[in-house]
Amino acid sequence: MRASAPLVLPTFALGVTFGLLASPVLGVVPALVMSAVVFSGTAQFGAVSVLAGSGGMPLAVGTGLLANARFLPMGFALAPSIDGPPLRRALTAAVVVDASFALAHQGGGRFDPVTVVWAAPLQYAAWVGGTAAGVAGASVLNDPGQLGLDALFPVFYLGLLLPELRGSSRGLLVAALAAVVALVLVPVAPVGVPVLAAAATALLGLKEPS
Amino acid sequence: MTWVLVVVLALGTLALKVFGPLVAGGAEPPPALVRVIDLLTPALLTALIVTSAFSTEHELVIDARAAGVAAGLVLLLVRVPLVVALLAAAGAVAAIRLLG
Repeated sequence: MRASAPLVLPTFALGVTFGLLASPVLGVVPALVMSAVVFSGTAQFGAVSVLAGSGGMPLAVGTGLLANARFLPMGFALAPSIDGPPLRRALTAAVVVDASFALAHQGGGRFDPVTVVWAAPLQYAAWVGGTAAGVAGASVLNDPGQLGLDALFPVFYLGLLLPELRGSSRGLLVAALAAVVALVLVPVAPVGVPVLAAAATALLGLKEPS
Repeated sequence: MTWVLVVVLALGTLALKVFGPLVAGGAEPPPALVRVIDLLTPALLTALIVTSAFSTEHELVIDARAAGVAAGLVLLLVRVPLVVALLAAAGAVAAIRLLG
């Protein structure tokens, strides 16, 4: 749990941003419940931005699910590291988030399920608590950008990425390719697709290292 | 209708997360798959970084965020604690927006 403590600040900040943006679109109670039961920023921001742009409900649902499609390959990546009966495996996988996935990564194809599980309560509290604060503040502060909160997530992920890249020339190559793929797709693909397509650059690993 | 969205996203996300571990839990993957799994983390993190730093929905943008992220990157490269880098990045973005 100690290792996951730095995750709290950016998750709370993102929760505040979601609460601010979502409460005028969805209403106060649905915005809160959504954070409590969906527990995924990418899907929630994707769906709400579609609705805010009057994109309609089916498109919002599709965008949210597509935004989270990366959890499918992530689940297969976690699978070898999670033992035990099906219910236990399902519960461990159910609480994973991007940050705990990266934090639990040990190399050699392994993840530490204990890190995934222990990061979850803090992440959940920060996400739902942040949403509640954002919903409450929606009438007071209408531009979360003023506080620079939107810079927290990329910097936080950088903090997780840099140790992954030290001493890994392949990791660097994949990261560079992933950045290009994601940015090229942003203007033309639905929300979620750029990240999903960028994840496919990991398939470079199929080739034997020279 | 809003509730349909909430319920479908909750169940859909759950299904996406648990599918892999339910069908392939505990199995020993072949070496090629291990290499792919290890590269998935940097690929995903990088994609999340560049999309959250340089885009707003479908537009590529270089704004105050980019400066904050650059500041955070420099601090992290000189091994400053993560929390310090986070606060410095947010502070830099807030300051730029205040002045701009």
